[in-house]
Amino acid sequence: MDFAKKTIKEIQDGLAKKEFSALELCDFYLSQIKQKEKGIDAFLQVDVGGAKKQAQIIDDKIVKGEKLGSLAGVPCAIKDAILVEGLNCTSGSKILENYKAPYNATCIDRLKAQGAIILGKTNMDEFAMGSSTEHSAFKITKNPHNLSKVPGGSSGGSGACVAGGEAVFALGSDTGGSIRQPASFCGIVGLKPSYGAVSRYGLIAYASSLDQIGPMAKTAQDCEDVFKTIIGSDEKDATSFPKDKIIQNLDLKIQGLKIGVPKEFFGKGLEPKTKEVIESVIKKLEKAGSEVMDVSLPACSFALECYYIIATSQASANLARFDGVRYGYSGIKNQESGIKNLFEVYSKTRGKGFGDEVKRRIMLGTFALSSGYYDAYYLKAKRVQALIKQDFQKAFKKVDFILTPTSPFPAFNIGEKIDDPLKMYLSDIYTVPINLAGVPALSMPAGMDNGLPVGLQIIGKHFSDLNILQLAKLIEKL
Amino acid sequence: MLSKEEVINIAKLARLELTEKEIEKMQKDLGSILDYIDQLNKVDVSSVELESKDVISENFLREDVVISQNPETIKKMLNQAPGIEGTHIKVKEILT
Repeated sequence: MDFAKKTIKEIQDGLAKKEFSALELCDFYLSQIKQKEKGIDAFLQVDVGGAKKQAQIIDDKIVKGEKLGSLAGVPCAIKDAILVEGLNCTSGSKILENYKAPYNATCIDRLKAQGAIILGKTNMDEFAMGSSTEHSAFKITKNPHNLSKVPGGSSGGSGACVAGGEAVFALGSDTGGSIRQPASFCGIVGLKPSYGAVSRYGLIAYASSLDQIGPMAKTAQDCEDVFKTIIGSDEKDATSFPKDKIIQNLDLKIQGLKIGVPKEFFGKGLEPKTKEVIESVIKKLEKAGSEVMDVSLPACSFALECYYIIATSQASANLARFDGVRYGYSGIKNQESGIKNLFEVYSKTRGKGFGDEVKRRIMLGTFALSSGYYDAYYLKAKRVQALIKQDFQKAFKKVDFILTPTSPFPAFNIGEKIDDPLKMYLSDIYTVPINLAGVPALSMPAGMDNGLPVGLQIIGKHFSDLNILQLAKLIEKL
Repeated sequence: MLSKEEVINIAKLARLELTEKEIEKMQKDLGSILDYIDQLNKVDVSSVELESKDVISENFLREDVVISQNPETIKKMLNQAPGIEGTHIKVKEILT
């Protein structure tokens, strides 16, 4: 049986009708991984034993006629920044190479409670800092559509494994585009939820005020099924909101919908073919009865500059915990380091354990927060962020959704941007404003450019995540 | 452009030991990133109030009480440290 195209709903139906067992499905995906990993390199770790055991439990339940969870038997993959008890969790870094997660992230508890089968952990840019997964300390993941291209990042392993048919869905995390940009490059659907929709407990923090965990899958419906499982308040994350905050308009129709198109996202730097693909989707919507209008988000022109101050500042504080004292790599264990005092434990551990991009961002954040520069950098950036938020609030008084390209270009060549940090940062130019505003956004396949997928970004107002998914489902049918 | 001394000082604040080569590269990289970031100076933020009401400005507070943890989890966490004594983590000397 060809399982590779099956959606979550089809899997649920198939299991209920006993067309196949959870173990058969799990074995199929494990064999897919075995076959395809040589080319794609999406996984850092595959938990063959654990996955089979979980599948067996589901099959036992089916035999006993017990009630199954909403994701029962669905094989999935988890970005290596999210803790899964008993499995290593590296966040793509040497400093956590041998770190074993002592507990589950809240979203993992919720996936497991609904019967999802965790196949393994996926590759990522170190500490989610990057846009190509080339900043992983372990391996370079390739784009399944063309193995000489990057899968995007930082959730590149999650994007590539879904696109390559190695998992039904994956979890990623998104601080400045890390779910949407790889979803765009890999031709799948990825949702960056509203800030506060999903608990961040058990996600290795990059920039806490921007980080969100979200689903990546083949279809908007699959994303919705996963999203509904992982949302809701959690006493372990004080920024998480109750489920009922998230609005859903089940009658959403394309006809009469007000679609905003911001000129700031269609200017210099946007590849003509990407522009053409996105504009053709917008035209289709207009033909189907949507009202398309211009909106202006002027402060978004400065979003990338603003992001690189706020994100790196928070990262410099968050990554202070990797100090060689409690877990992960420690310079103490290295006899040659000749460590004499605690300061040297810190500096030698971190100097050896972190990669170049992480060091760069810690340095930038430390500088932006340092005495004498705080007002000029961090406070200034927070003020620009407030302007960006206002821009979106104003726009959403006029329109229901805003449509843009997810990335200015499709997947680029491996090695193309790795030596120029600024060039790499520019691939997130259309995604970072959304994290700064805190609103939800989704990337979905909109067309192709020379064999490479082009992603459409749908942005909605805060907590309209389910409406965004609803619109994505309607666009899929156009 | 940051001076070499400034880069060394930031590295010290960040508790990062950098090699001579890394310091040189950092000077160049941070320099070009900061040049780019300085475009923020073009934005007029004089009217911005940082305490503006936000959709997500709600607070979820809980009682300040100790919530007991699974002893197995605590053991697993302690065992990741490079050196422990009982339930304490060993560190190198702080004052030298």
